[in-house]
Amino acid sequence: MGRKLLLEHINVPGINTFDVYRQKGGYRAVEKALKMTPDEVVEEVKKSGLRGRGGAGFPTGMKWSFLAKPEGVPRYLVCNADESEPGTFKDRFLMTYIPHALIEGMIVSSFALGANTSYIYVRGEMMPQVRILERAIAEAKNAGYLGKNILGTGYDLELYVQPGGGAYICGEETALLESLEGKRGNPRIKPPFPAIAGLYGCPTVVNNVESIAATVPILNDGGDEYAKIGVGRSTGTKLISASGNLVRPGVYEIELGLPVEEFIYSDEYCGGIANGKRLKATVAGGSSVPVLPANLTLKQVNGEPRVMSYEGLSEGGFVTGTMMGSGGFIAFDEDQCMVRNTWNFARFYSHESCGQCSPCREGTGWMEKILRKIEYGQGKMSDIDLLVDVARKIEGNTICPLGDAAAWPVASAIRHFRDEFEWHVKEPVKCLESNYGLANYAVPIEKTEVTT
Amino acid sequence: MLKVEEQQPEVFPETLITKFDEIVSRYPAGKQKSALLPMLHEVQAVFGWLSVPSMDKVAAYLDIKPIEVYEVASFYTMYFLKPQGKYVLEVCRTGPCCLVGAERVMGHIEKTLGVKENEVTPDGLFSWRGVECLAACGFGPVLQIGPEYTFFENLNEEKVDQLIQDLRNR
Repeated sequence: MGRKLLLEHINVPGINTFDVYRQKGGYRAVEKALKMTPDEVVEEVKKSGLRGRGGAGFPTGMKWSFLAKPEGVPRYLVCNADESEPGTFKDRFLMTYIPHALIEGMIVSSFALGANTSYIYVRGEMMPQVRILERAIAEAKNAGYLGKNILGTGYDLELYVQPGGGAYICGEETALLESLEGKRGNPRIKPPFPAIAGLYGCPTVVNNVESIAATVPILNDGGDEYAKIGVGRSTGTKLISASGNLVRPGVYEIELGLPVEEFIYSDEYCGGIANGKRLKATVAGGSSVPVLPANLTLKQVNGEPRVMSYEGLSEGGFVTGTMMGSGGFIAFDEDQCMVRNTWNFARFYSHESCGQCSPCREGTGWMEKILRKIEYGQGKMSDIDLLVDVARKIEGNTICPLGDAAAWPVASAIRHFRDEFEWHVKEPVKCLESNYGLANYAVPIEKTEVTT
Repeated sequence: MLKVEEQQPEVFPETLITKFDEIVSRYPAGKQKSALLPMLHEVQAVFGWLSVPSMDKVAAYLDIKPIEVYEVASFYTMYFLKPQGKYVLEVCRTGPCCLVGAERVMGHIEKTLGVKENEVTPDGLFSWRGVECLAACGFGPVLQIGPEYTFFENLNEEKVDQLIQDLRNR
């Protein structure tokens, strides 16, 4: 049984209320932090080795230490709760069931950064979560943990929830800041980075929900204790959103370093592939990361078991590995069509491109059209190489990483499942009626007994 | 595109203005434009969509140019620029939901309501559309209904029938 830091009390009735959360030791981290200096809090987070949980995996403590601190200029902390990466739903889960974990983390983090006004930017579709957070903020304020002179320490903090308008691109931090300023979500050219000129041109830190919530156990137990969990530079626990053809999809908290095979097949986690089917492929970190066939999901090329950590999942680079990303773990069973899924993801990125950079605006549209053609039996052999070419021309040529995120799933699907793309071209009629199947993508794992 | 026919005389109720005042108070002085997205949600919750006159009123309230409102309203997918059904069924159509039957659910909705995507039923009660990932992938297929954006999860044909029936009886 892995340690649970964020979801330890998830099953306690009423844990979404201030009183129960408090009884379970909630807001101790705020009390502790406010007795320290802000720099000491930053130091604890640095020691913890916590890496950004939104996708990029950049060390949170280091990001905090870049924040400019000019005299007389306000600083802002903005929480990125614009969770929209296909396959990822951990933040929604956390905000719904343990909203105070985020509020407590926001207070600790705002204090560490010297912010007196902080915003939680929640994607607009999560209106119920906006209400939940607003209620939690009111409760915390009522108890003296927010507002003026918190716990008599002289520290003031106002916390507001901002709903977005439904745009994946606003998960990119500078697009998020544009959106928070009431504009279209067009990412900004960097530099300057938000740490120098962010919200309203002031120094700003943008952190993911889970990263901010993780500062609570870090403060409670100390950064050194947190760093003992996990493996190597992947410290602590991580929320994994498991979806697709699994017996028990859902949100799981794992200690980083857990073998992928255990995560998929053990009863403590996903319980295997649904309906007694076999695993064909996975997307390990949200739709943007490279897709991997089952054999490379479970084992690295050297035969070692693959583990769920930043390094473990990226072992082998993009040739035989993938990325941790946001922890959106999608499992495909033997009946799924990789072409159709790749087309679906391409349509997503085409729809969500902000249109600022032409390689992304035009390229995502072209990839979507070509993939649709192939999926519906109207593709040519040369289309497959054309897709690779378009993907290559988007990658690295855009202001923000959405271009890369759109290119990687297409490039990796063709890299690993080229046979299946070619089959669609060679069998234009058959591909409309049946699927390519498992082929030789998977290690022959025995069908497991279905428990539900 | 933004069309100027289909106008409705917008009178913003007093409660809406009170709400605007509260939203604007969240931001530093002079940064009231930050209130735009939350305000548009409030307007849409009252009128069901955003007409040009109502967007102009929002612009006037925030002391910004109308185009600054139009460009935002047309960028974000949640804002409707033409009238919708009373209940808009927004079904997630992205990868993980499709792995567990979202396309089947959309087909069933189309058949049951008898209207195509983005069309309104003759009684004005329903419209539906596919939307991109709603961050509920583990509980798919899912759909949401505004303005509260209530989620309906683990959908199948029977659950959709029940939901539509419940909404009709409401």
